[in-house]
Amino acid sequence: MSAADWFLLSPWLLLGAALLAVILVVGFWRHHGVMAAFTTAALTLAAASALLVLGATPARATIDALPLVRIDGLALLLVALFAAAGALTAAVSRRYLEGRRGDPEEYYILLMCAVFGAMTLAAADHFAIVLLGLEILSISLYTLIAYPEEDSWPLEAGLKYLILSGVASTTLLFGVALLYARTGSLGLDALAVGDGAAPLMVLTGAVMVLAGLSFKLSLAPFHLWTPDVYQGAPAPITGFVATVSKGAVVVVLLRIVAQSDLLASPQLFSILAAMAVLSMLLGNLLAVMQRSVKRVLAFSSVAHMGYLMVAVLAIGSSGGVALGTEAAVVYVVAYTVMTLAAFAVITTLSGAGATRDMDDIDAFTGLLWRQPLAAVVLAVALLSLAGIPLTLGFIGKFYLVAAGVDRGLWPLLWVLLLGSGIGLFYYLRILYALIRPTDPDVAEAARPSLAGGWVLGLLAGLLLLLGVWPMPLIEMVQGVLSYQEALPQLGVLVAPGEDSRDLQDVLGL
Amino acid sequence: MSLVLVILVLLLGGAGAILAEGWHPRFPRRVALATVVLASLVLAVGLWDAEPAVQAGSGDMAVYAFVQVPWIERFGIQLLFGIDGLGLLMVALTLLLGLVAVAAAWDEIEERTGFFAANLLWTLAGVVGVFSALDLFLFFLFWEVMLVPMYFLIAVWGHEARAFAAMKFFLFTQVSGLVMLLAILALVFVHARQTGVITFDYFALLGTTFDADTGRWIALGFLLAFLTKLPSVPVHSWLPDAHTQAPTAGSVILAGILLKTGAYGLLRFVLPLFPDAALDLRMPMMTLGAVSVLYGGVLAFAQTDFKRLVAYSSIAHMGFVLLGVFAWNALALQGAVMTMVAHGLSSAALFMIAGMLQHRLHTRELARMGGLWQRAPRLGAIALFFVVASLGMPGLANFVGEFLVLIGAFGVDVPLTVAAAVGMVVAAIYGLSLMQRAFQGRVADSSAAMADLAPRELVTLAVMLVGLVWLGLEPQRVLDVSAPMVAALMDALPAAPLLLGGAP
Repeated sequence: MSAADWFLLSPWLLLGAALLAVILVVGFWRHHGVMAAFTTAALTLAAASALLVLGATPARATIDALPLVRIDGLALLLVALFAAAGALTAAVSRRYLEGRRGDPEEYYILLMCAVFGAMTLAAADHFAIVLLGLEILSISLYTLIAYPEEDSWPLEAGLKYLILSGVASTTLLFGVALLYARTGSLGLDALAVGDGAAPLMVLTGAVMVLAGLSFKLSLAPFHLWTPDVYQGAPAPITGFVATVSKGAVVVVLLRIVAQSDLLASPQLFSILAAMAVLSMLLGNLLAVMQRSVKRVLAFSSVAHMGYLMVAVLAIGSSGGVALGTEAAVVYVVAYTVMTLAAFAVITTLSGAGATRDMDDIDAFTGLLWRQPLAAVVLAVALLSLAGIPLTLGFIGKFYLVAAGVDRGLWPLLWVLLLGSGIGLFYYLRILYALIRPTDPDVAEAARPSLAGGWVLGLLAGLLLLLGVWPMPLIEMVQGVLSYQEALPQLGVLVAPGEDSRDLQDVLGL
Repeated sequence: MSLVLVILVLLLGGAGAILAEGWHPRFPRRVALATVVLASLVLAVGLWDAEPAVQAGSGDMAVYAFVQVPWIERFGIQLLFGIDGLGLLMVALTLLLGLVAVAAAWDEIEERTGFFAANLLWTLAGVVGVFSALDLFLFFLFWEVMLVPMYFLIAVWGHEARAFAAMKFFLFTQVSGLVMLLAILALVFVHARQTGVITFDYFALLGTTFDADTGRWIALGFLLAFLTKLPSVPVHSWLPDAHTQAPTAGSVILAGILLKTGAYGLLRFVLPLFPDAALDLRMPMMTLGAVSVLYGGVLAFAQTDFKRLVAYSSIAHMGFVLLGVFAWNALALQGAVMTMVAHGLSSAALFMIAGMLQHRLHTRELARMGGLWQRAPRLGAIALFFVVASLGMPGLANFVGEFLVLIGAFGVDVPLTVAAAVGMVVAAIYGLSLMQRAFQGRVADSSAAMADLAPRELVTLAVMLVGLVWLGLEPQRVLDVSAPMVAALMDALPAAPLLLGGAP
């Protein structure tokens, strides 16, 4: 392997080294604060290195010694996103984990492990790597969700996730096996079903792969694990599962769609469309009845994945402006930031060593008057999730609708509209609780720590700033999609083979 | 540039009001007053002797205070601001009613005064943005953004059913706004397929041609949003609750300006962008207008709550606007604009009076009022003036508007015009019934310690009184300002079949 190859791998190498270091050190010496700080720093460094590699735009995206991996622009952007999300999660977890029984250091090890798995998924170009990354991510999450182990809720959530995720992975594996048996290929293009006369085994295999991936994406009807796991898991981990774990699978899905030309098959298109519609409707309708804020966010994330599918489905057809992939990537970024913001608020408000997270909607009564910072950040996150302009969430929603209109996916757009309308109701209900007069019977929420306050401010600031000035993000995504032929056979804005631009151009500086 | 400055002043003033509360709870209202005055000065200075930037679109449109800055180049979205005559009238009305709202809230709001002033100012900023945005994405952004502070105004400082009313208001407007987003994007992509350029620029999109079906569907998308805001029957049911439950300042802004954004949207977007579709939809829309006039009037008469009665009367008045817009001739269009301005003044005044009564008597129920003229003669006299203005007494501004609409509509369809004219009679009935139930008859027990008009209240109402009298006696000033826009709309009108022998 040449120096250029090692350079391409630097995010993984950095994170791996940090992980090994922590595992070794923890055997001799434990210190929560140092561990949390080190984890945050290591993840931030990994994110920075990914952006550095992206900016340096090396000659090739593939490494000869690792033919199953593809480290192109899309992979690097999302690696940076996942590592940053992990860093923010670690930063808010510090105060959250204080005062709990048991050692918190393993939490950080597993968190870094989970990010590593997600990073691997982002660069996967072959089902073997997909499985590797998926399992690293999932197994780390099993324990993280069940953290701390003395309470029954996280344990129940962890068990549910373990069993259901295991079944989903098995389904995925079986699908891959069927595809291999018929096509002899384990690459992501094995799902090439074509437009109709595909052998039944290939179709079945493709459907099983999609089912396995949809579980991770919590698309209806594979969403049933979402509310219980979100509610039971510790709030920072819920934020992590909601964002990184889903984002990583979205990248895999985008690559499969591109390489197998998945959406050319009418059956698979209909299946994905049906799942999108079901997710948008069920996710929004079920959230209306919830009293637990974490459950509301869980069902709303089901709906948001349904919205994302509209962008993915817009990749399929031809003609027009080809917004589908761009919309999907922008939406993943937007969704990650706003979901992290919402769960970061819940984490900081739950405080140190609490037995239950601040979850019931009544606990948020009058938060705007008691703790303006946390309430404003939560309000911005909720408005962003609802898709109100001036927030990044609106830019994401705008992209989705633009992609859908461009391709003429009118039924999906009407469902998106209906779902958004229903969604407003439960987002506003939480917002209304924030602005109600304070109730003396409601327990005091914890104050955010310094790190927590910074994380909240950063996330809310990003939501508002990018909502008002989205061009930097848009240019970055456009640059990424044209770099190194990120996803072949898509209508990209720059023809493949053109000289890639450096980071300065990409950021429009 | 002055429009952007006005919006910035209002936004920063809101932030300043929140900070000012830290010094003293009474400071934010002064900050709010100063901000609106400053914004008005900026507008006046900016537009004094201003040179119009004439836009060659389909037909030249003289646009003042023009700003064009690239924003989201990916989609051809720009920061595009500018106003013509109609826009100027609306922005001026906005700032004037902003002053009225601040005056109305002066003593009424005691808690969280900084946040209240901020939301009030930010709503005004959003509305000014709606009236001056010429890029469709920017327009949509301001359309949605003006909802959020208004939601807070109703939800935090409103009356007993405020949560329900605020939610209903937000949901109706937001969902119809999303339909408009679909329509905007459809328009943009149709244009992109025709010209190969993605742009949200209003002037560029004016030239888009459609086949009949596409045009009608996209126009309906826009129409839904504007009819919901207007509001027109059948999507009007958010209005009575929102107006009744909002604090006085909120009702003033809602009735005075927010409803006008719907009418403005019809005049600025639906008619010029989709002339054929609008002509196809002319009869259904005029029917809805006439129905709104009658329905709003009849239901107003049935109310027992002072504010709710005035709210339903707003539906009736905006029915005239809808009728006038879709009658689509010079007289009717001028009548619609006049009604917009006049209704802004008269309904704001009536809501202010309702707020004063609620502040003094702690009730809005007409059954618990009566004979208030004896207790507060000046309040009674002024209330009589505004009721009479609202019902369309000649010599006052509302009459001019409604009369012009009726003349214009008569040439298009006689039965609907007759129905709307009957609506004027109904307006007299509910207006005088309101006066009688509240101010005449047996004196109410609850009114024992009722104070008459304070100087601040008198001055604010006097401003609107003078405005209505002036516009009623000399409406040509206002009509001259909006005349170029009306002429441009008449140019955009496709050759329409002659109806009933009258010129279209």
